[in-house]
Amino acid sequence: MRPPAKAGFSKAVYTRPRSLVDVRSHFCPGCHHGTIHKIVAECIDRYGLREKTIGVACVGCSVFLYDYIDVDVVESPHGRAPAVATGVKRAQPDKFVFTYQGDGDLAAIGTSEIIHAANRGENLSVIFVNNTTYGMTGGQMAPTTMLGQKTSTTPYGRDFRGDGYPIRMAELLAGLEGTAYSARVAVSTPAQIRKAKESVRKAFEMQIGGMGLSIVEFLSTCPTNWGMKPLDAQKRVLGEMSEYFPLGVFKERQQADFA
Amino acid sequence: MTGLSSSPSMRILTKGNEAICLGAVAAGCRHYYGYPITPQNDIPEYMAAHLPALGGTFLQAESEVATINIMLGTAASGKRVMTSSSGPGISLMQEGLSYMAGSELPAVIVNISRSGPGLGGIAPSQGDYFQAVKGGGHGGYRLIVLAPHSVQEMYALTMLAFDLSDKYRTPAMILGDAIVGQMKEPFIASPYDPASTTGKPWALTGCAGRERKNLKSLHLKDNAIEVHNWKLHEKYERIRRDEARAESYMLDGATIAVVAFGTAARVSKTAIQWARKEGIAAGMLRPITLFPFPEREVFDLARAVDVLLVIEMNTGQMVEDVRRCTPLHDRIAFLGKPCAMPTPEEILERIRQLAGRKG
Ligand SMILES: Cc1ncc(C[n+]2csc(CCOP(=O)(O)OP(=O)(O)O)c2C)c(N)n1
Ligand code: SF4
Repeated sequence: MRPPAKAGFSKAVYTRPRSLVDVRSHFCPGCHHGTIHKIVAECIDRYGLREKTIGVACVGCSVFLYDYIDVDVVESPHGRAPAVATGVKRAQPDKFVFTYQGDGDLAAIGTSEIIHAANRGENLSVIFVNNTTYGMTGGQMAPTTMLGQKTSTTPYGRDFRGDGYPIRMAELLAGLEGTAYSARVAVSTPAQIRKAKESVRKAFEMQIGGMGLSIVEFLSTCPTNWGMKPLDAQKRVLGEMSEYFPLGVFKERQQADFA
Repeated sequence: MTGLSSSPSMRILTKGNEAICLGAVAAGCRHYYGYPITPQNDIPEYMAAHLPALGGTFLQAESEVATINIMLGTAASGKRVMTSSSGPGISLMQEGLSYMAGSELPAVIVNISRSGPGLGGIAPSQGDYFQAVKGGGHGGYRLIVLAPHSVQEMYALTMLAFDLSDKYRTPAMILGDAIVGQMKEPFIASPYDPASTTGKPWALTGCAGRERKNLKSLHLKDNAIEVHNWKLHEKYERIRRDEARAESYMLDGATIAVVAFGTAARVSKTAIQWARKEGIAAGMLRPITLFPFPEREVFDLARAVDVLLVIEMNTGQMVEDVRRCTPLHDRIAFLGKPCAMPTPEEILERIRQLAGRKG
């Protein structure tokens, strides 16, 4: 229970979005999933989309989307969310459809599905959470794991010679004709959160305008599997991570046609 | 081939693969997704040509993995949806099929099967029997499996597949092969008569005017997954009890009963006619549903005849189900060919041997 507002302090500056379920978070301390959920919920509210939205949950810590966002949600197999979302959107073109996927999900097992959904210009929005590891399965290497980063399956640090390089998905997808919008954001400071929200709004507007696939990549934390305190995890995002994964907008379609 | 007319029964000369499309469209399927593979390409080609004009969607996906998951999304939207493929492609769909069974989503999957394992060959085969009726994907689920043996049935069983799939909220498969797929014969395109018209209150359409809904297969809390598995089991038991279908062919007074499905059954009919002309009392039980298997019929038949001759276009898969249905194993004989259709002559010869005669 929140205490009643004191006289003179009645103007609400921070409220729970309608589309965010009022439950206790189960995510680890310092994990960004909660903040990202809130941004998504706020943008759903902003455009009055709650009653016409179908979310697609993936596999990984993100799967619990349906416990937090107050919309219809269908669960997909690992990596296949863009295909499932394609099926929803083809059947219900008037609905608002988004996927919510981790980096293992979107950039490893589901690379084919995201590339082809983007290339077809499916009119969907993709929320992509890059925490440079597989969170749910206990911190193994992801395609986004940084060079030198120790994970449970790169115990000596990721080495490009055997393990390849971290993939920059936002840039890669920006290169596809069917992608309408591609941006990378972070939520480690209030200013970044504001910018992130702008990007999600833009992504949603792209779908509302029928422009094609929009994707927002979030640099996110996984303090538990990084073996870091929450504050150190923020510093990692602000430093090392955003150096290799630059924040910014990589593609923004100006008009609906693909010419 | 013309598009579908809604006029009452008409006689159409067409290929089995196209009859599937006509049945699907008549049953209200407006969404088809697929990926090319021989010998079923007529199906996506027909759908690509006709669905847009009917206000539907055709999509050639990047793989069968994507195909089945696009289907999952459309099924979750409450729409009738179909795909078709052949062995190697059906293998890639197993992941999605398991998720659809787990999430209780209806869809129709057509397997115009070829010979495997692996890339195998494009010869007709019934080598996918185990995969179709015993699961294929992980976790222990069942598909409703229908086995047409004529162009007429390619049409009618596709309609039935949609109805059963919706009724039980579970994927249904049409198991055919290159021969029933490619052969042309006239069939009666009677109008679709829906078995049930119950809506789909579980479909995800946005939560306007109601609470939000989820369609999922993940059950982590307490013993929810156990409860869910018992619920699925109970559903499969109901299907077993209520939906088994089989054709009895010339079984009056038969002492030798062929048990065969699909193309193998089709050929067996000729051999049985020839055998009857020779005075051999042969007949056939033809399972139309492979899951549920016509267990009672096989049990009763084994007691009534001297021999059950199981004929398959594989090295022996359904024969295991026949054995399962009767303790009289010494009455069961088998004739199989993994990568070809047995000829009526071969079948007749075997029937003669079993009847104690020389050819
Ligand atoms: C086909 C398949 N392979 C592997 C898994 C196991 N698995 C579950 S979550 C996961 C990794 C998810 O990582 P990510 O997408 O980065 O999400 P996070 O947990 O970090 O949010 C894996 C490999 C699975 N569920 N299905
Ligand atoms: S394991 Fe990592 S991604 Fe998952 S909830 Fe914990 S911090 Fe977040």
